[in-house]
Order: sequence, then structure tokens, then C-alpha cells
Amino acid sequence: MSELTLRQEFPIFNAHPEIAYLDSAASTQKPRMVIDRIQGFYESEYATINRGLYELGYHATNNVAKTRDAVRHFIGAKDSKEIIFTSGTTAAINLVANSLSQGLLKPGQEILISQMEHHANIVPLQRACDQYQLRLKICPITSNGELDMDAFKALLGPQTGIVALTHISNVLGCITPIKTICHLAHEQGAYVLIDGAQAVAHVPVNVQEIDCDFYCFSSHKLYGPSGVGVLYGKANLLEAMPVYQSGGDMIETVSFEKTTYADLPNKFEAGTPPIAQIVGLGAAIEFVSQIGFDAIQAHDEAIQSYAYERLSQLKGIQIFGPTSNKSSLHSFVLKDAHPHDIATILDQSKVCIRAGHHCAQPLMSHYEVAAMARASYSVYNTSNDIDQLISALSQVIEVFQ
Amino acid sequence: MSRLASLYQEMILSHNRSPQNFGDLDPHTHHSHGVNPVCGDDFHLYLFVEDNRVSKVSFKGQGCAISKASASILTETVLGKSIQEIIPIKDAFLKLISDTASTEEKAQLGKLKIFEGVKEFPVRVKCAALIWRALEDAISQQHGQISTE
Repeated sequence: MSELTLRQEFPIFNAHPEIAYLDSAASTQKPRMVIDRIQGFYESEYATINRGLYELGYHATNNVAKTRDAVRHFIGAKDSKEIIFTSGTTAAINLVANSLSQGLLKPGQEILISQMEHHANIVPLQRACDQYQLRLKICPITSNGELDMDAFKALLGPQTGIVALTHISNVLGCITPIKTICHLAHEQGAYVLIDGAQAVAHVPVNVQEIDCDFYCFSSHKLYGPSGVGVLYGKANLLEAMPVYQSGGDMIETVSFEKTTYADLPNKFEAGTPPIAQIVGLGAAIEFVSQIGFDAIQAHDEAIQSYAYERLSQLKGIQIFGPTSNKSSLHSFVLKDAHPHDIATILDQSKVCIRAGHHCAQPLMSHYEVAAMARASYSVYNTSNDIDQLISALSQVIEVFQ
Repeated sequence: MSRLASLYQEMILSHNRSPQNFGDLDPHTHHSHGVNPVCGDDFHLYLFVEDNRVSKVSFKGQGCAISKASASILTETVLGKSIQEIIPIKDAFLKLISDTASTEEKAQLGKLKIFEGVKEFPVRVKCAALIWRALEDAISQQHGQISTE
């Protein structure tokens, strides 16, 4: 049995022992280690950072710097100045969409995304296209529910300025071959932005090996607090890009005649950052590192294959996405039962799932459905959670038969 | 009755399976398009009003069982009634599902009372309300689009 037994590490399950939490792709629950770290930081270590006029502030600054280095190590970046703290994946994508388009692209160039992107990896790029006279191109997906690589190669060309793709789809669970994507894109001179929101809790990431130009993720899908996320960018690009948001902390000197900007990473971190959340993210990375990705991937595989075995036997179910090379989730619809009715009935059996368009309306249109139900799995899930899901789904089928 | 059984009553399930007055209505005198952007419920409501009475009514679109059954029963309710008769029923229904209806208001709702269970499910109130908001929009002669958000 490769299942992990980490449920007791998550205090939420002491408060709600009956819950089967199957919505981790939306946001993960928080381990005691992260909660304690944030509480401890506020209780005995809190001060604002980057001032260093007193010892408390100096230590808080060090804690943030340590987390920056932990992130660097976690995703295999070369230099910690390449790690920019943002409020989350959405903010990171907005930063790249604006600053990169403004500074390093030329009108008429293209931004290539895919049919399966989350709205966060569509709308900021769509807006950048409007603002900087760029054109948005959409790569289709295959009937199997994966990126169509032949179509991708056909759409990619010297006119491509940015390729922006999800590492793992939040609906289909398919894993994009991002290393190949980067190689192909770089041959055409395009920059690559990877939305890693769904990936970082499930697969090891090494940005130097992948050779992506930008990679972003959120802390709250990685067992950390909400309100903080990471943008990784290659130093030479971040240095060449114009500033995005401006204000305190990102300046070198300010006068009414001329302002000069701080070096990386501060250049892209205007305003007081979410200090305790950054420290909490550090604890979350430590939590994941202690388990290790070998154990996480074995656990994911055990839970996912058991879930697929049980789900696929249900009457009238349609499961979306590939069956292999897939991360920890299943999106599905049931014949005659709308996903919102499914979610309501499951909630009565203390099973938490997501139902709706999953912030991926173009993908819903592709499958000609208004909504899907999604069960997503994490380190604290067990086969008991899957049994609870299946028994609640059987009740749904009974109500709507 | 369990909370779930009070939500998914047989009449609601039956209207979900076989919705009444489902489809286009051309010509029509009143129309509104109701959308719940969070869950994707999306319905059009059409009325044909002559001599101040609803002589024909239909709806089309897609949504969950609660929103579809609510639409189906709405069409049955308003058929043959005058706009003046419909308005207090609509107001009473919207109060019923948000748990603010008086005994007198409940009394005029007839079989619409089966939606009372929705009040136990705050996130589903919008589903039951959607088509009634569209009705409100249609009879106010806005002929537009409404959204629950």
C-alpha cells in the first residue's frame, strides 16, 4: 500500500472528522506545521521587513529571505533574485502578461495559449493583446484531453512572442510536456510562461531543467496560506522587463524629477509583502520536502487509480481527460444529474467537491457542457474518502434515476 | 423528511425530467434571459400577453434540477393569469425561498411551496430564484438580461 497516512497532521480533520475533502485542486487544507509556524511568527517574530533598524525587523527580513531561498531550491532556480513573491498565480501571470508584452514584444506578435487554460491564464493575456496590439492564438486539445502537440507545432512560429500554458490542467489533470514545449518555443525565439498552480503539490519542478522563462504558482494549493504566490523568471528577462506595479519597496531613490528602481527581486515587489504568509509558505515547502515527491507521487497514483476504478463503474458517468500521465483529479458528469445537484447531495454526505465551470469556460464549451463535477486528491486523502465519494454518488444516481 | 428529501421532492425531480412549456415561443410579447454565472444556469423566458393575460408561455435553456423545475412550475403558474395577479406570487415565492415569507404570503403559493426546502441550502437559493428574476425583468418591460451575481 503506497497510501500516505497524513490526515492527522491536518487539524481541520479533528474539527470535522467526518469530512471527505476532495477539493484540493481549488485549495488545499493546511498542516499543523504551517499553522503553527504562522501563529508562532505572529506571536513572537513579527515585524515589517527590508528596514533592519531593529533586531525584530532584521530577523523578519531574514525569514523572508530564507523562504525565498527555500523556494529557489524547491523549484531548482539558479538565483534567489529570480523568485518574486506575488499575491498568487493570477498576479504573477498579470505581471508577466503586462511587463513582458510591454517591454520585450512588438505589435503584431502572437501569444499562444491553449483551449484548456484556466481563466487566469487567458484573461490577462487577452488584455495584453488588446493593450499592446498582439494577437491571441489558441492551441486545441486532442480527443484524449491533452495538448495537441501537432497543432502546437503548426501554430508556433517566428511570430510567436509568448507561449503561456498550464503545467497541469485543473480540469483534465493532463500533464503538459513543458520541457519539449520550451525547446520548441525557444527555437522560434518565443518566451514561455508556465502556470504551475496545479503542479507544484504533485510533481517535482526544476525550472532550469525545464528551461522555462517564467513559472508561477500559489501557496494555497501547496498547503500554505492564501495571499502569497511565486513568480519565477530568468534573471536576464526580469532585468530587461519594465516595472509593473510601483510604490514603496521597489525603488532605489525617489525625487519628483526622477525615480530609480531597486534591483531584483524588489523591483517587482511594490508595497509591503504578505510577510507571515511568505513565512507560512516556507513551512509548507518544508512540509512537502519532508514527505518527498517519491512518496507523494506513489500516494497520488494509489488514490487516483482506486478512484478511477470505482468511478468508472458508476452508471451514466462520463470522466474527462486522459487516464494515464495524469495528475490527482477526476472531472466528470453524470447522466441526468447536474453537477450542482451532485455537489449539494454530496455535501449532505460530508463529501466536498467542486462543481461548475472551473474557471475554464472555453474548455466547458469545447466539451459542450455548462459545468462539471470534480473530485481532486491530496496527501491527506485515503481510500476511505473515495469510498465515501462513491457511496454519495450512488445516492445521487438513485435520486435522479 | 431529511433536508435532502425536502429539497429534491418528487414533483421537483419530475419537472426536471419532463419540463413543461419547454422550448421557443414565437411570437412573444415579453422575454428575458437569466444567467447564473457562477454555476452556469442559463434560461430564456418568453411570455405572450394579450388583454393583460399570459396566454402563452415557454422557457428554454439549461441548468440544475432546482432551476429547471422552478422554471417549469413558473410557466404552469403564470399561464392564464394577469400581470397584476402574477406580481404578488412572484414576490411571495422569492420570500419563501429566502425564509422571509409570512403565513399569508405562503398561502397564495399553492404547489410552489414545495420549494420551501431550498431555504436550507443558501447556495441553491439563486437556482430557484433565477427564472423568477427573469420574470420580474420580462414584465417590467426591460426585455433584457439578468444575472444572479
